[in-house]
Amino acid sequence: MSTAIILRAIQLGLVFAVLSLGEYITVGIMDNPDLTVDGSFVTGGAVCAMMTIAGFPNLGLFAAFIAGILCGCVTAFLQTKMKIQPLLAGILTMTGLYSVNLRIMNGSPNVTLHASGMSDHTILSNDATRLYVLLAIVIALILAMYLFFKTSIGLMLRATGDNEEMVSSSSINVDNMKFLGLGLSNGLVALSGALLVQFQNFADVTGGTGMLVLGLAGIIIGEAILRPKGIGMGLIAAALGAVLYRLLYTFALQLGFAATDMNLVSSVLVAVTISIPYLQKLAKKRKSEHA
Amino acid sequence: MLELNNCSVIFNEGSTLEKKALDGLSVHIKPGEFVTILGSNGAGKSTFFNVISGKAPLKNGKIILDGQDITSQKPHQRSKIIGRLYQDPSQGTAPHLTVEENLALANSGNRGKLSFAIRKQEREKFRDLLKELDMGLEERMGTPIGLLSGGQRQSIALMMAVLNPPKLMLLDEHTAALDPKTAKKVLELTNKYIRSEKITALMITHNMRDALENGDRLLIFQDGKITHDFSGEEKKRLQLKDLIEYYDV
Repeated sequence: MSTAIILRAIQLGLVFAVLSLGEYITVGIMDNPDLTVDGSFVTGGAVCAMMTIAGFPNLGLFAAFIAGILCGCVTAFLQTKMKIQPLLAGILTMTGLYSVNLRIMNGSPNVTLHASGMSDHTILSNDATRLYVLLAIVIALILAMYLFFKTSIGLMLRATGDNEEMVSSSSINVDNMKFLGLGLSNGLVALSGALLVQFQNFADVTGGTGMLVLGLAGIIIGEAILRPKGIGMGLIAAALGAVLYRLLYTFALQLGFAATDMNLVSSVLVAVTISIPYLQKLAKKRKSEHA
Repeated sequence: MLELNNCSVIFNEGSTLEKKALDGLSVHIKPGEFVTILGSNGAGKSTFFNVISGKAPLKNGKIILDGQDITSQKPHQRSKIIGRLYQDPSQGTAPHLTVEENLALANSGNRGKLSFAIRKQEREKFRDLLKELDMGLEERMGTPIGLLSGGQRQSIALMMAVLNPPKLMLLDEHTAALDPKTAKKVLELTNKYIRSEKITALMITHNMRDALENGDRLLIFQDGKITHDFSGEEKKRLQLKDLIEYYDV
């Protein structure tokens, strides 16, 4: 593998680190995996692409974040006010978003930034600074999230994921916490989608497929390697895991894996990693039965 | 302080499993009163608590707390003035949050939502509070609370309630899952805080001795009704052997 390929993999890994950080809120903190991701990731990309073409690349990133928050709030609304099961609520939003995303992109399934000439005017346009810009974004997000989770409201959000029963009998409004958590999570997911669009200079309406699992893979790899205890290490592990996974991914492509097979690889990896503790327990039990 | 007027709760209404969990129950609790509650399983004690905290909907009746009609208030609105401790210590605390984070959660009403939950000032306040428990917990403030024993967790849950003194405290067999020595300690702490903070409290228990030795008033529940109500001198004169006749154990 050439250094150029490795460098590109790290950069792309940092883009997906933002995705993993977003998912860390729902998966790691709220214990409520959210399927909105596959839709909101594209929404972020679509909003950012259209804003960038219109001449506002940086505002586009911010708008993507806000659009993602709105997507998360729709799912939270379905979960809390309509009493729809969390998984189904996410699927409903994700499915609906497919149409919304096409609308945002004026009905075309993909949009390129090159035609507008704006591809040279984004924060990721410059080869020399791209890595540092992405690194700065990821570090700033980790820091901001770490500080947020140390505030009173951050603590309430963590408690809601940890013991909802207790929180529901306190003066904290559980419904509001779900809006907050799902909103922030999808905001970051959408920001990741927006960064990807500026990174590869095009937006694709089908680009969200497999993003939930991809982000999950980053979190799981980070946890396997760093075994984080506190919230700070958890965030660092999620980001680092995302970068590592992208490196592995690139390595697999170099070995001749087809890019289209990679969703299967991600799924198998996540399924196996999650089932390892159970399989180990099973093996131990068998062993003790034979002894 | 707390007034329930003709409150009824019916489970599985209209089916063969229909059960009147509360049957036109009325009671008046005076401010600062510490009431113990006895009754066999299914007598309606827990439903009584759920109705007060808003977790069980009333079929009919009215609940007045501190002069305010709270019948239609949501649980999280009521919980600003009602605290509750459960039998299972894991219900009252968040296991992955540390001791000090759990305490900070209870303390968060005194802090702005976006300000840091734990500063040096809070940490010192929590340390002093934990010292009062005399369990060495002041040295373990950074430990996730799930790693502590049931008694320690229950004591911290009690402390969390006291950090934000509720007007009314519901104690739902909160010492039943603890070993006798720890149970005694937690009950002592309960008495201490209820009296010092002048909290009105209701305590469900299956331990008749605890029901006799604690509190100013004793209610006995049966079939969704209060069948006996002893207070003052009458309660003080009550003996263990008398109690057995009043309800089926």
